[in-house]
Amino acid sequence: MSILVIAEHDNQNLNASTQHVLTAALQLDANIDVLVAGLNCSAVAESAGKLPIKQVLHADHAAYQHQLAENIAALIQTLAANYTHILAPATTFGKNILPRVAALLDVGQISDVMQIISADTFVRPIYAGNALAQVQTTDSIKFITVRTTAFDLCNFTAATCPIVKLETVKDLQLSKFIKLEATAHTARPELTSARVVIAGGRGLQSKENFAMLEELASTVNAAIGASRAAVDAGFVPNDYQIGQTGKVVAPELYIAIGISGAIQHLAGMKDSKVIVAINKDPDAPIFQVADYGLVGDLFTIVPELTAGLSKNNL
Amino acid sequence: MKCLVAIKQVIDPYVTIRVKSDNTGVETNNVKMAMNPFDEIAIEEAVRQKEAGNITEIIAVSIGSAACQETLRQALARGADNAILIQTDQVFTPLAIAKILKSLTEELQPQLVLLGKQAIDDDCNQTGQMLAALLGWAQGTFASKIVLDTGNTLVDVTREIDGGLETVQLKLPAVITTDLRLNEPRYISLPNVMQAKRKPLVMRQLSELNLQLPTTITTLQVSPPPKRKAGIMVANVDELITKLKTEARVI
Repeated sequence: MSILVIAEHDNQNLNASTQHVLTAALQLDANIDVLVAGLNCSAVAESAGKLPIKQVLHADHAAYQHQLAENIAALIQTLAANYTHILAPATTFGKNILPRVAALLDVGQISDVMQIISADTFVRPIYAGNALAQVQTTDSIKFITVRTTAFDLCNFTAATCPIVKLETVKDLQLSKFIKLEATAHTARPELTSARVVIAGGRGLQSKENFAMLEELASTVNAAIGASRAAVDAGFVPNDYQIGQTGKVVAPELYIAIGISGAIQHLAGMKDSKVIVAINKDPDAPIFQVADYGLVGDLFTIVPELTAGLSKNNL
Repeated sequence: MKCLVAIKQVIDPYVTIRVKSDNTGVETNNVKMAMNPFDEIAIEEAVRQKEAGNITEIIAVSIGSAACQETLRQALARGADNAILIQTDQVFTPLAIAKILKSLTEELQPQLVLLGKQAIDDDCNQTGQMLAALLGWAQGTFASKIVLDTGNTLVDVTREIDGGLETVQLKLPAVITTDLRLNEPRYISLPNVMQAKRKPLVMRQLSELNLQLPTTITTLQVSPPPKRKAGIMVANVDELITKLKTEARVI
């Protein structure tokens, strides 16, 4: 077997999603190459070189700066014949690019893999995680996007591997980058890798009220997420959304505040180790997946909890 | 310019699904079906673009059993001009669906293909990207805003990505997949439902397209996810903090 992992990065830092994908790749075989395609991204290639892999393939060109699917897919297409498996994280980055490459090579893709049974058989969630499908592929090259929360973070090693420069330039000029409106994130941990996640829903009623979760999050160094209802209502930006179509998280502790627990939301958080639900409606479905439920008015409970936890930390 | 909107019929998102006892799949017999919610957003977007004068004709297409006519009628009621059902009882993977859509795209020559970013049954999130690849077209996935230029040569697509919102400019023709916040599909009025009954809906057999479709991915078994053990209710914040500290040991 020979495996290619497509690295996710912003030209400066390797995204942790790549380390999760590597853990999945290592379950298949240790014969792994990592592709780092971008612009002025040598630092990323060097970080990737500290992963336990065979080599880094480094393509550095303006055509790859913004990870435009058309160009990156065309680049991966030129490399694909050398591999039995091509893996990317099941993030918006990987979901955008990998199916395009698979189709260019006339093979299928298995999305959101959460368990590797063998070289050709995988488990993936369907119906928002309300069923798990075991699927087998006979495709010559197996394309897989990996659910990052299902595989641990692969650590960097002291040794470094060779970095091979790729000179291939694929600039299809079908699309161009216009702008990125990045969500302003505070010093909080990243949502998909945080140890504690505090998530708010419609019950918070307004953008101003949602801000009360900030203080609570600070006491336990948590990331903040939201239900679709809270994002649709404009309380928080789109990339806070946890659920079937948003981000998937599996922290040690998940505190759902004012979230009723629609199936689509549960799909994104029910693999959390410990789930706490705070809701005024005792019949809210969120209580069915919660380890600890507290019925009451969140506007009283959240300040109490914040005070209690900060005392706890002293 | 013509716009093709691909639509999938799925189990109604508000229905609790049940895994068949023989683990071969999810029960679909006598279960309420509906249009994939992301495809509703796609059809709504096409209609809005038509109302704005950017699109002249909307063709809704679905691939599936005769029962999918009902979903296509809904698309017509939402504002599609005509509909095509490619009839088959077989279930296909996204690559096969993309090949069928490619064949239709070549025949009908739309400048824009809109489809939901994923179907809420198999949750694959592949078809749009694969179709764009097969056609050699640009792709704009997870769209939350679509701005067509007046010359019908370019389209700006704002995409919902993990770090925020990214805007890319695509050359037309292009494939765009829709995300949740692109629009809110309108309520369908009764006159529109009645009118939809008179709009053309063409049924064609998949075999007429003479396509070689892949069957490389097989579902071996489908099982329910492991159940979480039942939790407890706590009376107040103090009890909650104590439990988190001493029982769950997470703080």
